[in-house]
Amino acid sequence: MAETKMAETLNGDSDQPLLTAEGLGKSYGHLMACRDVSFALYPGEVLAIVGESGSGKSTLLQLLSAQLTPSAGSVSYRMRDGVMRDLAALGEAERRFLFRTDWGYVHQDPAMGLRMAVSAGANVGERLMAVGWNHYGRIRDTASSWLERVEIDTGRIDDAPRTYSGGMRQRLQIARNLVTEPRLVFMDEPTGGLDVSVQARLLDLMRNLVSELGLAAIVVTHDLAVARLLSHRVMVMKGGRVIETGLTDQVLDDPCEPYTQLLVSSILPA
Amino acid sequence: MNAPTYNFAYLDEQTKRMIRRAILKAIAIPGYQVPFASREMPMPYGWGTGGVQVTAAILGRDDVLKVIDQGSDDTTNAISIRKFFAKTAGVATTTSTTDATVIQTRHRIPEGALHAGQVLVYQVPIPEPLRFLEPRETETRRMHALGEYGLMHVKLYEDIARFGHIATAYAYPVKVNARYVMDPSPTPKFDNPKMDNCAALQLFGAGREKRIYAIPPHTSVVSLDFEDHPFTRYRFDAPCALCGAGDSYLDEIVTDDKGSRMFVCSDTDYCETRQSQGHRGSESAAPHKERAHG
Amino acid sequence: MYVAVKGGERAIENAHRLLAHERRGDRDVPEVSLAQISEQLSLGVDRVMTEGSLYDRELASLAIKQARGDMIEAIFLVRAFRATLPRFGATEPVDTGRMQVRRRISSTFKDIPGGQILGPTFDYTHRLLDPQLAEGFAPELPATSDAPAGAMPRVTDILGRDGLIESSPRPDDDAPVGDLTREPLSFPADRDLRLQNLARADEGFLLALGYSSQRGYGRTHPFAGEIRLGEVEVEFLAEDVGFAVPLGSITLTECQMVNQFKGSATEGPCFTRGYGLAFGHCERKVMSMALVDRSLRARELGEEVLAPSQDEEFVMSHSDNVQATGFVEHLKLPHYVDFQSELGLLRKLRQEFAEAEASPPLREAAE
Repeated sequence: MAETKMAETLNGDSDQPLLTAEGLGKSYGHLMACRDVSFALYPGEVLAIVGESGSGKSTLLQLLSAQLTPSAGSVSYRMRDGVMRDLAALGEAERRFLFRTDWGYVHQDPAMGLRMAVSAGANVGERLMAVGWNHYGRIRDTASSWLERVEIDTGRIDDAPRTYSGGMRQRLQIARNLVTEPRLVFMDEPTGGLDVSVQARLLDLMRNLVSELGLAAIVVTHDLAVARLLSHRVMVMKGGRVIETGLTDQVLDDPCEPYTQLLVSSILPA
Repeated sequence: MNAPTYNFAYLDEQTKRMIRRAILKAIAIPGYQVPFASREMPMPYGWGTGGVQVTAAILGRDDVLKVIDQGSDDTTNAISIRKFFAKTAGVATTTSTTDATVIQTRHRIPEGALHAGQVLVYQVPIPEPLRFLEPRETETRRMHALGEYGLMHVKLYEDIARFGHIATAYAYPVKVNARYVMDPSPTPKFDNPKMDNCAALQLFGAGREKRIYAIPPHTSVVSLDFEDHPFTRYRFDAPCALCGAGDSYLDEIVTDDKGSRMFVCSDTDYCETRQSQGHRGSESAAPHKERAHG
Repeated sequence: MYVAVKGGERAIENAHRLLAHERRGDRDVPEVSLAQISEQLSLGVDRVMTEGSLYDRELASLAIKQARGDMIEAIFLVRAFRATLPRFGATEPVDTGRMQVRRRISSTFKDIPGGQILGPTFDYTHRLLDPQLAEGFAPELPATSDAPAGAMPRVTDILGRDGLIESSPRPDDDAPVGDLTREPLSFPADRDLRLQNLARADEGFLLALGYSSQRGYGRTHPFAGEIRLGEVEVEFLAEDVGFAVPLGSITLTECQMVNQFKGSATEGPCFTRGYGLAFGHCERKVMSMALVDRSLRARELGEEVLAPSQDEEFVMSHSDNVQATGFVEHLKLPHYVDFQSELGLLRKLRQEFAEAEASPPLREAAE
């Protein structure tokens, strides 16, 4: 993995934002799914976007990851060459390249992010092959070491994820995303649909990986426990707007907005 | 009733011009699949309509045509297509690889090296090398446009993980001119190296799927593989029972119901030429008789 | 000693001779004439004209005779002939509103201007085999009355006047007519090309897809707004004389399905359309076509594409029976070379498997 070590040196340059959103909005006809969102994300920083379903947080994640075109505002990203680029101005080839290398995207449903009929080894190796790795043995070794990192028995490397449990699938999806050592990972309800005990283990793993790799992450979740464990900062959304933002502990322990107070008290009892 | 009359080489000149434009574009972008308005031909789709349209579009009155199927001039479909052009274009036909100016083929590349000025026309059933990995045309076209071939490598990786080998025996994917991944049509992978730096022009026609693609002369064609699992040719390890050739692709002939087999050249012209030069195998017939077609 | 198989040419000639003999059947039975096929197997002729995309009863009859009644083979014969015909241009759009109607039914209104006309239909016949027909008999002459005086507006036009159904897109007279026999198809395809594809599509394939949409795979809530059969004038705008010249009349079947309504922020809710049109009398075909046409509009109408009938790449790539039959039947062609290659690989893999079985890895013993 020496090829991608330079990412770390770039991550060290943390006084410049990695991603910025300015006046971001998306409307469907008369429905404003998301409006006037502005913030900056710094290298190595984990931001949680919380809110109830329908609050616009998933729309926002899709806008930030250039999967939706905004109706208003813009998203900019600092490329590996240090230049800030407007995502809307990127060509499709550049966007897809970003997605395969410098970004990761962890779906709530691992079936969306994995090739379910293809072996775990190939699932992890795909990104490497897409950027030109051409040595079977090295691809396999790298895949194997990533399975270890996400606590999957390397003896299962040739099994397809459809034979995996829900928690294993989610860990495999994470390995598949992290193998190219991206600088930014988007996560959409990464623990949704998992048993509570499985959730705890996954969260623990994600927290360690994020800090080891110095990853920046944007995590969408309705579960404030996830936000508390993973994130440095929190944005609370309601009705398509960001109503409160701040350091995670501060927002969750001492919320200003009545809505956030309600959210905290109902989901985090005691 | 409308009595049908047909143009030289069956297709009308307008259609030929349309096909030639597609061919020129294909030559200009080696390995890229050019859509063309394939016509209904008087033989069924999947039986060589793409190759027949390409041949019809490039055939001139002075051309000498050879048609092979499975390497042989004598298989029924090769005969049928050769007769079609003998009738509609009145061109000379031959079974000799060296004498032919245009060779239409299904599933084989002749054993002998092709020379400059010759055109090899392949019949292609499924032109899209990514089709069985991604069924959607809109998606595969995007993958080609962006040069995203990771998925193809996933397939090769899976083969090795499962079988220890790249388990593709024919229609083995290649990269043309270091840009487009291309399906060489269902030729055995034994034939793949012949496409590389070939002196002849190679044209590929897929009628049902409405695509034409090309490899211009002396273009690089590389079979996909891994550094530590390099592409290998396959040929049954035996000399031809008729001509003794040790370097040709062989047909397996089951000779009785007790499992006896013999192996003979699939390229009949190559085999017969060698026999006429005095080469013999273990099962050779008496001195060679006259050729079936002149 | 082995001699390679030869004589394929002779074999082909003999096979064709035998085919001609089998086609003729028992020579003591009178040979069927094209007029008999055209007059007495007329719905078969209609299907061959529709899917063969050529309005010529005599050629279609010949094709059916030559194909020994194999409809797809007959359609193939007509298509291959059609592909060689020179193209003079496109006719003016036919106006089915001015059709000389022989049959016209609507399932949406009990009575409609011009009335419901049952016409020649299998509907409401009891499907009992008729021994009388086996003998051969002269049926009664049909009942007649004066042609209805008033116009017969299309039901969709009646709905359209109140804005209850989406308006048909305005034709752009200057835009060239899409033609997938002249231009390679690319996706996404516009509706003109989709309708052309469906018009040429295999009746059985469309029937199954339309049926699947009714059973919930991409449901569209259809009503048979109107089905009409009759004759329309075909006109061709001759550039040199400067006006449209009538070429004659052709028989058409048309189906307008009225489907579930949609609405958006900018448009009020209204019914949507599915359309089917065929040469001759092909009622099952046009109904199926209209169902599939509506299903294929999912993308355009902002519906989720989930079912096969909504997937234009799937439908349009597999609807053509001439293409389909060719590729399925090409499996009859020799594949010796590829098979040999597969055989070689399989033998190698089996050998390696056997060797691995014979010497189990030491690792297991140690564990």
